[in-house]
Amino acid sequence: MIIAVASGKGGTGKTTVSTNLTYVIDEDVCLVDLDVEEPNCHIFLKPEFEYSENVGIPIPEVDIDACDFCGECGKFCEFSAIISLKNKILTFPDLCHGCGGCALVCPKKAIIEVKKNIGTVEKGRSGNIDFIHGRLNIGEAMSPPMIRETKKHIETGQLTVIDAPPGTSCPVIEAVKGADYIILVTEPTPFGLNDLALTVEMLQKLKKPFGIVVNRSTPDCRSVHDFCLDSGIRLLAEITNDRKIAEVYSRGELVVEQVPGYIEVFKRIYREVLDDIDKKIDNNIFRIKE
Amino acid sequence: MQIKELVIISGKGGTGKTSIAASFAALARNKVTVDCDVDAANMHIVMNHDIQRKKGFKGGKEAYVDPDLCTGCGTCFDHCRYNAVKMIDKLGKDKAFIEDISCEGCGVCVEFCPEGAVTLIQQTSGEWYISNSSFGPFIHARLGIAQENSGKLVTLLRLNSRILAKENDCELIIIDGSPGIGCPVIASITASSMVLAVTEPTLSGIHDLERIVELVKGFKTIPLTVCINKYDINIEITKEIEKYCAANKLCIVGSLPYDYLVTKAQIAGVSVVEYTGARIALSIKKMWRKIYYSLIQ
Repeated sequence: MIIAVASGKGGTGKTTVSTNLTYVIDEDVCLVDLDVEEPNCHIFLKPEFEYSENVGIPIPEVDIDACDFCGECGKFCEFSAIISLKNKILTFPDLCHGCGGCALVCPKKAIIEVKKNIGTVEKGRSGNIDFIHGRLNIGEAMSPPMIRETKKHIETGQLTVIDAPPGTSCPVIEAVKGADYIILVTEPTPFGLNDLALTVEMLQKLKKPFGIVVNRSTPDCRSVHDFCLDSGIRLLAEITNDRKIAEVYSRGELVVEQVPGYIEVFKRIYREVLDDIDKKIDNNIFRIKE
Repeated sequence: MQIKELVIISGKGGTGKTSIAASFAALARNKVTVDCDVDAANMHIVMNHDIQRKKGFKGGKEAYVDPDLCTGCGTCFDHCRYNAVKMIDKLGKDKAFIEDISCEGCGVCVEFCPEGAVTLIQQTSGEWYISNSSFGPFIHARLGIAQENSGKLVTLLRLNSRILAKENDCELIIIDGSPGIGCPVIASITASSMVLAVTEPTLSGIHDLERIVELVKGFKTIPLTVCINKYDINIEITKEIEKYCAANKLCIVGSLPYDYLVTKAQIAGVSVVEYTGARIALSIKKMWRKIYYSLIQ
């Protein structure tokens, strides 16, 4: 089973929820940090890395002696990553999506694909937790291929918690695509609510089951609660606005280890998630029977 | 007159980019404001504005299989590197079906389909707006849910902000960027006049600041300044950030205290400097003055 932790807005507490949640799960569990642009989970879990692998995406390389500058490659490429001039071929690796089309359409077979390094996957252990993260090289524009490659290291069947990147576009979709359940972390502010609504819309489009955790909950702003009530979304838990959590977070430590009472809070989140998954599966079976 | 572009980014999300950018928009004279965080646009919430013009954004293309022509041969399935082709369609028949969320629009399936059953269709992947705000022209957007090409949309917004700035004789463009270091961020800072990186004194904040500094350094000519937001949450780490900035010759233009008034301003739907005259607002004003004078120099 894969549980992904996501949020539209950045800085709402995704990493806090994913690391602390993984820590309190009393099972064989793996944490995968897919926020490959800014991975942070390792700061909190301090894993010992045992394995590292460079990730490359295929980009074209042209054998200029074999090329007759017919221009088929440039005509084919939807991303303008390869352009054919009179006696020269220009390639733009940053624009390349690695589809391999140019090599396939070349009548002279003058294009081969080579790997361009875009980042690193690292694996290790932190206590009883298996840990995997992807790290995009700085200056690389495209994170989805990096996320895709990191996901390949997830062991089928192992209970896995994913820390997803923020937003509602390609990177987060790539990160949550294979997940069975998504925990949306939000904060009770207008920005938080606005981005929550966008993320909910995204998950409904992906047809994924999800529930909401309200972080830094205060009695001042109840708009997120009203949103959950109105749209019938399960509120999994509230984490109160507690300066102690902010301080522990700032030092790169786990709340469940440092502040009494929070082990129970995160265990409850896990129970709520399992319960919600069970209910949603039950509902589906019910629907099929109908 | 040369138009200056200031981009506010952060690496880590939730450090206060938008609150600071909106305050700058309120303080600066004669400028165009742009929300380039198109993935999760928020600035419109604290900018009192009226939408004047609304335009569709044509992003990428997606492949579509004509079920009447498809024979289910699986050539497209074999060629697709994004696992976007399923060999069972919506009616349960053995025909190719392309999942829109996985399709990158590369066109390989179109090229190699022996039946000519696949076509690329241009997608409208969002909307963008030119608004009148209480602080002058404001450009913002809404990227469609689960859409790609946020970098392309950012480039489009910036291009239009420059046109708008020329038309209105504005000397300055204020850009609210997105978190991370990927495609929309790169599109936001390319060829800008100055970048302000907003960080916070947490280990995650430092880690992400280092990555964003590396990224901006890659552009060589763009000056980078730093703001430490909520500096009093962890004074020790604030000192570490100061040391890091000194070692890397980065100017810290402001250190802002943690203040719940920032959230209150957001709930009231205005910028911090409009909402309050408290210390937090004064610190933002001081920071703005520093940035403004180094920008026009």
